[in-house]
Amino acid sequence: MEMSKETNDTVNKEVFEEKEYSTLNLGPTHPATHGIFQNVLKMDGEIIHEATPTIGYIHRAFEKLAERRPYAQITPITDRLNYCSSPINNMGWYMTVEKLLKAEIPKRAQYHRVIIMELSRIADHIICNSVIGVDTGAMTGFLYIFQWREKIYEIFEEICGARLTTNIGRIGGFDSEWKKSTWDKINAFIAEFPKALTEFSNLLERNKIFMDRTINCGPISAEMALSYSFTGPNLRAAGIDYDVRVMNPYSSYEDFTFTVPVGTSGDTYDRFMVRQHEMWQSLEIIKQAIKKMPEGPMHADLPDFFLPPKEQVYNNMEALIYHFKIVMGETDIPKGEVYHCVEGGNGELGFYLISDGGRTPFRLHFRRPCFIYYQAYPEMIKGIMLSDAILTMSSMNVIAGELDA
Amino acid sequence: MRLKVSDLKSQNLKSIMELLNQVNEKLNANFAGQVVSAEMLYDFPVFTIKTEAMHDVLKFLKEDAELNFHFLTDLTGMQTADEKQLGVIYHLHNMPKNLRIRLKTFMDINKPELPTATDLWPAANWMERETYDFFGVRFKGHPNLKRILNVDEMDIFPMRKEYPLEDQERTDKDNSMFGR
Repeated sequence: MEMSKETNDTVNKEVFEEKEYSTLNLGPTHPATHGIFQNVLKMDGEIIHEATPTIGYIHRAFEKLAERRPYAQITPITDRLNYCSSPINNMGWYMTVEKLLKAEIPKRAQYHRVIIMELSRIADHIICNSVIGVDTGAMTGFLYIFQWREKIYEIFEEICGARLTTNIGRIGGFDSEWKKSTWDKINAFIAEFPKALTEFSNLLERNKIFMDRTINCGPISAEMALSYSFTGPNLRAAGIDYDVRVMNPYSSYEDFTFTVPVGTSGDTYDRFMVRQHEMWQSLEIIKQAIKKMPEGPMHADLPDFFLPPKEQVYNNMEALIYHFKIVMGETDIPKGEVYHCVEGGNGELGFYLISDGGRTPFRLHFRRPCFIYYQAYPEMIKGIMLSDAILTMSSMNVIAGELDA
Repeated sequence: MRLKVSDLKSQNLKSIMELLNQVNEKLNANFAGQVVSAEMLYDFPVFTIKTEAMHDVLKFLKEDAELNFHFLTDLTGMQTADEKQLGVIYHLHNMPKNLRIRLKTFMDINKPELPTATDLWPAANWMERETYDFFGVRFKGHPNLKRILNVDEMDIFPMRKEYPLEDQERTDKDNSMFGR
């Protein structure tokens, strides 16, 4: 007995010393990575020893493009950052410009924005969480809950005509009151979505297989998450209660009561659970916004940015001039520099804008949460199995559009 | 553990002004002559620091127990309007007190060099690579300073103003009609 153990140890030692690593090229177009990510992995059997990510496959030079576009025309660029929750990006950009203009936005428009942003947060988290399910082999939840994302997109379509890259609203507010059919769809969503979300929760949250698969999978400590500048659900899953909506309330978030769910270990299960609870909180916020909806105009008094109603354009010279100025992008902007951040689907989405008074920004920088926290990915997957690395990536919700700008 | 929103209130402008003065005093006491300017731009205290002292200032702000700017929110580059200088802009955040601060430093465009911040924050790694990629700022001591979003073969720094977005040779469009 003793002998054989000793022999085994010598054999193992020899194998260890002659260890050869194999190189595996994961991506850029691998079906399991949900986007264009390349990782060159140095593998020891099925254990990842080292990972080298390559990014930039869909870099579209947004910051350079923005330097030649009038302010209103930059909104479609922001759509394409985190395209799972475009409206949050749109609103974040509008609020940045409004901060530069020192514009007061009416409460009614702010509440409408909150509804839009929380709906898109739900849509964003639906994608992420149901895909975590798919990566663990649970296709059912994905199929059940994905139609609710579809219903959210129908609401966006009612408001702005687009579904994915929304370009929703205007600098200063919204172009018009929402139609009754829009409100019907929103109310139907609020009434029926909890049932679907409960069903989805029942499928996964306390599912033994799912828990075994996700607990302790790709964990990150709070200290490490902070040093890698994590924000959003990924940071909260590690136990830091940082939420931009609470810390620096924008668009009247201070009017609503909601809780910020936090995790403890920062693993895949915690990230999943934080997103699950955030969906419930988002629903609460939408309900409160509808209940407390103030009366008033839907947009700020910013004639330089807000297309006048068509009947005025055809009958009123001033309105025609403004219409022409806006369409040609010839509006005056004050000089200045601002930083504004919103809580995006993935974390703190920041806009750093320098204006020299010209028709376009002098410099516009997007603080893209994905880009910043994805660099911790090689560290997080070191020493874990390949299939866990896939799961870690999907639970971090890395969106290629936001990563590569 | 759950946090109620109503428990927290965002800082008003007055307390940010106090912060500006406090940081200014501390920086001037520790780095005499290195602070070029301190100002309030909208809701942000902004400090311009000489490039030589930048790394020490970042280290001081991070490690000072009272100021505690422990979180690197953002790091990016810019080019000044006269096209002769490159700037690097840091956004720092003190999460417990919810205070934010912006630091800037400007360098000659022919010698854009400053020490890396990767030793203070691992998060600075890719952000510095991005700044190098687009502006050509060389971060001394960076572990892996190479292009990140553009192709490795690129031999220009595309965000510099000398590289306009549109082909300037174009003749089919009268730019004077468009205020450009």
